[in-house]
Amino acid sequence: MSGTAASVEGDGGAGVMDREVTLIQPRKGWIGVDWREIVRYRELAFFLVWRDIKVRYKQTVLGVAWAVLQPLFMVTVYAVIFGELMGMGSRVPEFPYAVFVFAGLLPWQFFQSTVTQAGQSLINQQNLLTKIYFPRLFVPSATVGAGLVDMMISMTLYAGVLLIYQQSVSWAVIFVPGLVLLTLMTALGASYLLSALTVTYRDFRYVIPFALQAMMFLSPVIYPVTLVPSEYQWILALNPMAGIIEGYRWSILGQPIELLNFLISMVMALGLFTFGLFYFKKMERRFADIA
Amino acid sequence: MKNDKSIVVEGVSKSYQLGSQGESYETFRDAMVSLLKAPFRRFAALRGGGGAGDENLFWALKDVGFEIPEGEIVGIIGPNGAGKSTLLKVLSKITEPTVGRATIRGRVGSLLEVGTGFHPELSGRENIYLNGAILGMGRAEIKRKFDEIVEFAEVERFLDTPVKRYSSGMYVRLAFAVAAHLEPEVLIVDEVLAVGDAAFQRKCLGRMSEVSKTGRTVLFVSHNMSAIQSLTNSCVLMSGGRSVMHDETKKVVTEYLNLFRSSSGEDFSEAARYSFELGQKIRIMKIRAKTPIEYGYYFNDDLVFEIELDSKVKKEGLRFGVTIADAGGQGILTTSTACDIDVEEGERAVFEIRLSDTNIVPGNYVMSVSVGEGNLSEARVQYDVVNPGPMFCVCDFDRSGEVLYNWNPAYGCIAHGGAAFNRVA
Repeated sequence: MSGTAASVEGDGGAGVMDREVTLIQPRKGWIGVDWREIVRYRELAFFLVWRDIKVRYKQTVLGVAWAVLQPLFMVTVYAVIFGELMGMGSRVPEFPYAVFVFAGLLPWQFFQSTVTQAGQSLINQQNLLTKIYFPRLFVPSATVGAGLVDMMISMTLYAGVLLIYQQSVSWAVIFVPGLVLLTLMTALGASYLLSALTVTYRDFRYVIPFALQAMMFLSPVIYPVTLVPSEYQWILALNPMAGIIEGYRWSILGQPIELLNFLISMVMALGLFTFGLFYFKKMERRFADIA
Repeated sequence: MKNDKSIVVEGVSKSYQLGSQGESYETFRDAMVSLLKAPFRRFAALRGGGGAGDENLFWALKDVGFEIPEGEIVGIIGPNGAGKSTLLKVLSKITEPTVGRATIRGRVGSLLEVGTGFHPELSGRENIYLNGAILGMGRAEIKRKFDEIVEFAEVERFLDTPVKRYSSGMYVRLAFAVAAHLEPEVLIVDEVLAVGDAAFQRKCLGRMSEVSKTGRTVLFVSHNMSAIQSLTNSCVLMSGGRSVMHDETKKVVTEYLNLFRSSSGEDFSEAARYSFELGQKIRIMKIRAKTPIEYGYYFNDDLVFEIELDSKVKKEGLRFGVTIADAGGQGILTTSTACDIDVEEGERAVFEIRLSDTNIVPGNYVMSVSVGEGNLSEARVQYDVVNPGPMFCVCDFDRSGEVLYNWNPAYGCIAHGGAAFNRVA
C-alpha cells in the first residue's frame, strides 16, 4: 500500500499498463503520509466535514442558533462565576473579565470539543473503517474541521463583545490567522493521537474527558498566566494550549507575552502534531482489524 | 503474458490474533482482579504483540494466489468462513495482508456493503452525495449521474426526507443505486445482491451484467449460484482460507457443491439462520439427510431427513416447513407438515420427514427447514429457519445390470432402475 498511486514503467505496455497501479503488501514500521492520495480524495474530505456540520443541529428546534447560543451562555457563566463570584476579575484589571475570558475560551472551547469528539470518531465510525478504503486521517480531521466553523462563529461573537465593551484591538490582530492555524494543528495532533489510541485501548474513552478537564486548569483560560510565579511559567508553557491562549490575548488585546514561553508552546504544538500524525499512520493499518 | 492481468494476487496470507479482543468480563470485580493480576500481559495483548503465541493465530487467508485478466468478470465462491470477505478486504486496502502481495492495475472501486457511510439524519439527496464521495466518486461525477441514480432507486418523492424515515426497501434501493453507478476500472463486489425484493434483485443483476459488458474487470463474491453462472465465465473457489481452484465457472461451481456435500455435515445448531420470536427458544439443531448412498439419493427415492429440535419451552401445535431449492437457489418444492407437533420444555425431539414421488431431476439441491406455526395455506409464523440447510444430490440410477432409459426431456436421459429381464420360456 506504500505505493498506492505509483506508476510502473511498462515494457511493451499496452492497455492496462498505462493505468495506475495499486500495490498491496504488508508494511512495517513508521509510515509517511501519502499526500498524493490525500489530494486525490480531497472531495471526500470536504463531504465528511460538510456531513459533520449538517448533522450537528438536525432535528433541533433552534438549529444553527445553538452555535451562537452555546458560546454566549458559556462566556456568561464563566464571567459570572469566575469573574464575579470568585473574584478572578480583580486579577485582570486591564480588561473587563468577559473580554479576557472569551479570548481564552475561543481556542480552548475549540480544542476541547473537537478533541473530545474526534477521539471517539474512529470507533464511532467502525462501519466506514471496515467496509471501505479512504485515507483514515480524514475521520478525525473532518470532526476537527467541522469544529472550525463553530470557532469562526464564536470569533464573530467575540468581535461583537469587543464592540460592546468598547475594547480597542491591538495591531497584532493580523496574527490571528496564524494562531488559528497553530490551534488547528494542536487539535489535529491530539485528535490523531487519541483517536488511534482509543481504537486499541478503549480506556481512553474515559480518560479523554477527564484529562481535558484537568488540562483546562493547566491552561490560562480563566486566570492570567501572571498568576503563576514567573520562574515556573515555562512549565505551564509545556502545555501547547497555554502559549496559544496567551497568543490570542496578545494578538487581539495587546496583553504582553513572554516570547520564550510562547515559542516553547509552539514547539510543543508542532511536536504534538507530528507525533500524532505518525502514530496514527503507524496504527492505521490495524484499525479495520480491531475497530 | 503478465501484462494484461488486471489483478495479480501472489501468496497472500492474513492472520488474526484470537482471544486478545474477545475478552469480556461478567463483573467489575472480575475485570479488576484480572487487571491487577496481569496488567502488562493485557497491555501486550491489546498491542497485538507477544504474550499470545502462535497457537492463537488464526489464518483467515493462507497463500492465496490467482491472476485475473483485464475485462473479465470473475466470481469468488466458497462456503462461509472460506476467507472470501477477508480477501476482498485485502484487495480493497481495508486491511493489510500479513504476508504476500497483490497488484491491481486500474482505479479500484469496492463495494463490500451497500449504503456504507449513509447517515440516517441526512436526506436522500444529501446521502447520494455523501455515499458517492465515500465510494470514490467526485462531486461533478455524482451531479452528472444524480438523476439516473434517483430514477434507478425510485425514490423521487422522498429525496428531501431523512433516510431514517425510509422503509428498509427504499433505503436499500437508494444505497444500491448509488453503488451501481460507480464506474471504476476494477470493481470489487461482495455479496450485495442479496438485498431488496425479487424485482429489484433482477434489476441489480441486469445492472451487473451491463457493467460486465463495458470491459471492466469485476471480482464478485456470491452464494447465488445462478447469478454466478449467468454473470461470470470463470470463478475462484475458496476453502479454508485457500484458493483451491480457478477455472471456468461450471467446473468450479460443481466442485463447490461437491465440497458442500462432503463437508456440510448435519450439525446446524450454530448455522446462520433467521430466528423470530420464539426462535431463540425453539431451535433446529441437526438436519440429517438419510441417504441410501454416501452423498445422495437415487432418482425418485423417497427423500428422508431427520430433524433434531431443541426446545427450551413447552409448545404445542408446531409445524415444520421444508423447501428444496436447486443449486441456483430456485425453489423446487415446498411443504409443511400437516400434523401438529408438541414439544416439552427442555426436550430434544427427533422427527423424520419423508418426501415421496418428488420426481426431481438429478442434480444438486439445498434443503431449508423451518419450524413455526400454521401451514402454507394459513398464515404461517416462522420461529427458526435454517437456510441453507443440508445439500444433497439426486443421482442417476446405478447403471449396472438391466436398465430402462427414461427419455422424458425434462429429466434429460435417466437410466431407470425399473427394468427386469427374465427369460420365461
